[in-house]
Amino acid sequence: MSQPFRNEAGGLIDRGRSFRFTFDEVNYEGHPGDTLASALLANGVRLVGRSFKYHRPRGIFTAGVEEPNALVQLREGATTEPNTRATVAELYDGLTAASQNRWPSLAWDAGAVNDVLGPLFPAGFYYKTFMWPAKAWPLYEAAIRRVAGLGKAPPTGDPDRYDKRFAHADVLVIGGGPAGLAAALAAARCKARVILADIDNLFGGMLLSQPAEIDGVPASDWVAAAVTELVEAETVRLLPRTAVVGIQDHGWAILHERLGDHLGRLDDNQSRQRLWQVRAKRIVLAAGAVERPLVFPGNDRPGVMLAGAARTYLNRYAVRAGEKAVLFTNNDSAYAAALELADGGIAVAGVVDLRPSGSVAGAALRERGIRVLSGEAVIGTTGRKGLREVEVRRLEDGVGGLPQPVQCDLLAVSGGWQPNVHLLRSAAATTEIAAAGACNGAETLDTCLNQGFDAGYQAAADAGKRRRGRERRRPQAAPAPETSPPLSDWFVAGDAKASFVDLQNDVTAADLDLANREGFRSIEHVKRYTTAGMGTDQGKLGNLNVAAAVAVAQGQNAEAVGLTTARPPYVPVTFGAIAGRDLGALLDPVRETPMQSWHVQAGATFEPVGQWLRPRAYIQPGEDLERAVAREVRGVRERAGMLDASTLGKIDIQGPDAAEFLNRIYTNGWLKLAPGRCRYGLMLDEQGMVFDDGVTSRLSPDHFHMTTTSGNAARVLGWLEEFLQTEWPDLKVWCTSVTEQWAVATIAGPLASAILAELAPDLDPDLAHMAHAEATVAGLPARVFRVSFTGGPSYEINVAADHGLALWEAAMRVGAAYGLTPFGTDAMHLLRAEVGFIMVGQETDGTVTPIDLGYEGLVSKTKDFVGKRSLSRPHTSAADRLQLVGLTTRDPRARVPEGAQLVAATVNRVPAPSQGHVTSSYHSPTLNRRICLAMVRRGRERHGEQVNIAFDGRFVPAIVGPPKFFDPEAADG
Amino acid sequence: MLLIECPWCGPRPESEFAAGGEAHVVRPADPAALDDAAWADYVFMRKNPKGEHAERWVHGHGCRRWFNVLRDTVSHRILAVYKPGEKP
Repeated sequence: MSQPFRNEAGGLIDRGRSFRFTFDEVNYEGHPGDTLASALLANGVRLVGRSFKYHRPRGIFTAGVEEPNALVQLREGATTEPNTRATVAELYDGLTAASQNRWPSLAWDAGAVNDVLGPLFPAGFYYKTFMWPAKAWPLYEAAIRRVAGLGKAPPTGDPDRYDKRFAHADVLVIGGGPAGLAAALAAARCKARVILADIDNLFGGMLLSQPAEIDGVPASDWVAAAVTELVEAETVRLLPRTAVVGIQDHGWAILHERLGDHLGRLDDNQSRQRLWQVRAKRIVLAAGAVERPLVFPGNDRPGVMLAGAARTYLNRYAVRAGEKAVLFTNNDSAYAAALELADGGIAVAGVVDLRPSGSVAGAALRERGIRVLSGEAVIGTTGRKGLREVEVRRLEDGVGGLPQPVQCDLLAVSGGWQPNVHLLRSAAATTEIAAAGACNGAETLDTCLNQGFDAGYQAAADAGKRRRGRERRRPQAAPAPETSPPLSDWFVAGDAKASFVDLQNDVTAADLDLANREGFRSIEHVKRYTTAGMGTDQGKLGNLNVAAAVAVAQGQNAEAVGLTTARPPYVPVTFGAIAGRDLGALLDPVRETPMQSWHVQAGATFEPVGQWLRPRAYIQPGEDLERAVAREVRGVRERAGMLDASTLGKIDIQGPDAAEFLNRIYTNGWLKLAPGRCRYGLMLDEQGMVFDDGVTSRLSPDHFHMTTTSGNAARVLGWLEEFLQTEWPDLKVWCTSVTEQWAVATIAGPLASAILAELAPDLDPDLAHMAHAEATVAGLPARVFRVSFTGGPSYEINVAADHGLALWEAAMRVGAAYGLTPFGTDAMHLLRAEVGFIMVGQETDGTVTPIDLGYEGLVSKTKDFVGKRSLSRPHTSAADRLQLVGLTTRDPRARVPEGAQLVAATVNRVPAPSQGHVTSSYHSPTLNRRICLAMVRRGRERHGEQVNIAFDGRFVPAIVGPPKFFDPEAADG
Repeated sequence: MLLIECPWCGPRPESEFAAGGEAHVVRPADPAALDDAAWADYVFMRKNPKGEHAERWVHGHGCRRWFNVLRDTVSHRILAVYKPGEKP
């Protein structure tokens, strides 16, 4: 038989079929129903990894998610997954896995030199060693990163598909062991909507690992009947292979379902994993318990394993975890394990019990000829790559007897059971949650069933599902055998440097003691300093022992030390599951204007503006971006250009109080604006800082058309609505976003009027600046606003969105004779900077008042408006504020980055007090020189002075002047 | 993620809402009449209690209406939800 440690009968595996798999490129066989760990043990593979820090040989320690040692690199290539616990990786045909953290091989690992040098690597080693010199840290970091970590990230993108689902439930039951199944049955019988999630592929929990009897039948039959009843119940959803990874407020839970990880290949319609977001009215936590390890010298060798895990491998997988076992315990559960292991064909050399008077359960063992050593302890182990021998010694009288060597290749340890309360402790609001079963401290199967059933009924009732007369008969387990009380001892004195408290992070009892001596008192600080409780198991196995060790070091009890904060996720979740389908083009919606197809055909280069994609420039063959922008700017200044301004935020404001409302929101006056006229307005927040700007037009006495900056449209609408609802509910005003209802083409330049005359014969040829009119443009009903963001004549033509492309194409046809140039956002920015118009978010950053911008004329002296009172606060009205200026570099060809700081000095001296900063910087084709807008301290009284623009260690001298470089009207004249 | 009962739409997940800070901070009717300290108190100073807190929320991805929530900032329990102008 190719699997020498596999029993010929028993277990929940399918012996009729075999799966081939490789571990470190060696071929093995296992069966359906195996995990990678059980299949490796069946094949006698005991050394599966190297430890994180000392590269010590490690074996399989558990049979569950808490596994600290057996972390493997699963699969190869794009779908490879690092740090996968072999104990939860279901075997499939063709599985490949490799050990981690070893070089060149698992058996001969050069990194194991760290183990010999162990005394050089105390807790906080990196903090202490790599502190100095600070400049060398990047070198250290590169080296540390190479040797740190365990597995390798996939080399390429993940080709698999991941899904997300949302669901509601009356009762979410977490854990499908005896308590969870009983809870689900009780809730389902009340017709509650139940979701039962279990991390395992099979329901049953501990019943899969330990023989038991419920309602007079074998537990496996009871589980099968329970699952059948739940499957047939219409209101129940069973989710095997699903970990509840987090519980948040108000019954919100995140579930991670492994749909395809147990399949060798995924077909095109198969998702690998699915993330559930469940809102449950009540949650029953039935997460069971994790066996607690004992801490003693040499407790990390391959062959040392939790007693419960040895039982699981035997009973569930028919695998003998060794040939000859010693059990080491402080409680009775190892006694049951000893009997089962003996029945399963493992020679049991003895049970070493820390309790001086042993246990009543010892009699049954002695009948079987199994030695029970009460009041004794394992004080050491030998065997480099696999356990060969343990040393056992009496604990009495300090010295006790001489250490007795006992040969064995399996040391099954049990330090009792730790309720699995991770999820309970990470939930902020816990009134929706009830714990039941072993995670609630239940010690016998019957108690688990009772607690689960009652919790399920109560949860259903709390969720509003009344009980329907059905008999409330709880499942009942056979009476538990008599037990002796456990001992709380968990630690055997000895070589503390070889006594591992946190196996995954190689944290020893000596490290925790050192942390205490160095002054780390809080358990949270101890965790960060020693790394205890980090990694894939997040302290599920060792945290209680860590707290106990810290308590010993501090001379207080473990309750006073406490545990570190438990946080989601409960088990590692892949990035793929979190991302789901929100990848690439689906990551974020892209907003396109109705003219998008024209821009694409014209070869436009796009830039994102919020979610909008706007043409940045239309680069022609032989041009680069800068040349294209210069050509577009000249086109606008010399003839005419057309911009797609559809992204402009547009808000339709109606109501008898609309003018009064605008009057309170904008800094300038709006009551006297005549219908048919437009006005530029500034909005401030209550701190007096510029929040948004735009041109708003009065269409009729009660009807305004507001425009906002493209990126701020939603915020402005929210801002208006907030004031209308919360401060001025008496105002009769209604705001509607119409951004996407209107497509806008802006035609600007000296020939714009001529083009408009041909496009829109019925438009008033004398339409004044800052006026608007209804007109027919290219045969389409339109609102035309004569407003300018670029200087010079400019018309914003608004048509229904569906007509946008037709308008654009017609304008291009008519405009061809006039040299109409389509221009993008880069040219627009440059054109507005030439004439000194600010851009909110470019010149302003939430700290700029209208006075700072030199816009006193727009600030009403006579009325109140939002933010006005703040303008006279001492800080806001101080004389030494940054003020908007124009900068012209002495060298007209100089290149200056936006954001560069301005300083007085021309030599590098730190600190150099900032005189301000550059907000906009362009090479103006119109003036053939560099122009900058800048915020400069006391800038307006410094016109004519020189400042130095500092960047990259250089200084570019520039002259302060007014923030306006070019006047198209004057140029025309 | 909180489950918030919009007074107009019913219970909805927190992601449909935006928080608007402390409730019942009324904008002064005549800001010009306030001295700097009183105005700064209105603009900047907000309560940050451990425990019961009356705060404003807006159902931005729903009916877009503002309302008040009485929430325990420790347990995140929502004790009351009420419309503007109402009492909890």
